[in-house]
Amino acid sequence: MKRFLIPLGVFVVLVVFLAVGLTLNPRDVPSPLKDKPAPAFKLPQLAAAGKSFSPDDMKGQVWLFNVWASWCVSCRQEHPLLVAFAKEGKLPVVGLNYKDQEADAKGWLAQYGDPYVLSAVDADGRVGIDYGVYGVPETYVIDKAGMIRMKHTGPITPESLQKQILPLVAELSK
Amino acid sequence: MKLSSLLVWCVLIFSGAAMAKEAAPMAADLDVEKRMVAISEELRCLVCQNESLSGSHAELAQDLRREIRKMIADGKTDKEILDFMVDRYGDFVRYRPPMKPTTWLLWGGPFLFLAGGLAALIAFLRRRAKDGAAPVLSDEERRRAATLLDQTKP
Repeated sequence: MKRFLIPLGVFVVLVVFLAVGLTLNPRDVPSPLKDKPAPAFKLPQLAAAGKSFSPDDMKGQVWLFNVWASWCVSCRQEHPLLVAFAKEGKLPVVGLNYKDQEADAKGWLAQYGDPYVLSAVDADGRVGIDYGVYGVPETYVIDKAGMIRMKHTGPITPESLQKQILPLVAELSK
Repeated sequence: MKLSSLLVWCVLIFSGAAMAKEAAPMAADLDVEKRMVAISEELRCLVCQNESLSGSHAELAQDLRREIRKMIADGKTDKEILDFMVDRYGDFVRYRPPMKPTTWLLWGGPFLFLAGGLAALIAFLRRRAKDGAAPVLSDEERRRAATLLDQTKP
């Protein structure tokens, strides 16, 4: 009897490891930027020609920084949620239009709605690299002091908004 | 006819071999390119996680290779370039992550398995040495065995 217990134990441990592995998302790589200052940049705005945007402009308020592109399929998926969220007016959402064509980006916002107070244009993706962007859409929660408090990779879901982003925002807004 | 078709086959085969090589270096400077490839082979492409940065065709990988070229041209050391990547994408981008408390299990895990395997092997060998010695037959058993063996003889 005892000789069966050891392989059984090994098997159970293996199953537990594999089961935990199945629940993990390999795309969800922890960002080293968490609790670090949001990298500085100065980029032109999409809508207002000649104007630029820098994260410093948002100092003093909690804001969402959402990386999007018109070519990004998952962005379409999360877009209605962002539009609805922006309508509530809880906090400003700034867009980073990542490696996109200006006309495509403008057309996309006109067609599906524009949840952003403004979108900064990162045409060559250089700012995206500084933010460690690797899978659009990505969303950063940035606090009043300009520190990144959270990075969400992939489309925001109603669940991640309610359970992760909003509680954090409420805490940061205190 | 035969010779010419053979030639065609040769050309096809060898051109295939030539095409199977990696894409021609984009930068004119071969040294920069060599260093870029050496560095990017150490790095994981986050878009397609099972490919190295040097082998990936993802657009982000191309951008990052461009950044690495730029940093090499700026005279950055390999370590500075690796740090640049780790600062942005985390230790996960490195195929050889640094030793630190969160990676101890990762580095030590295989040795734990080795130790476990050795312990099991030693336990097994000891047990076999203890009760594995050939059982001594009594005279009665020997006689029975002999008769049984005799019976099978034709």
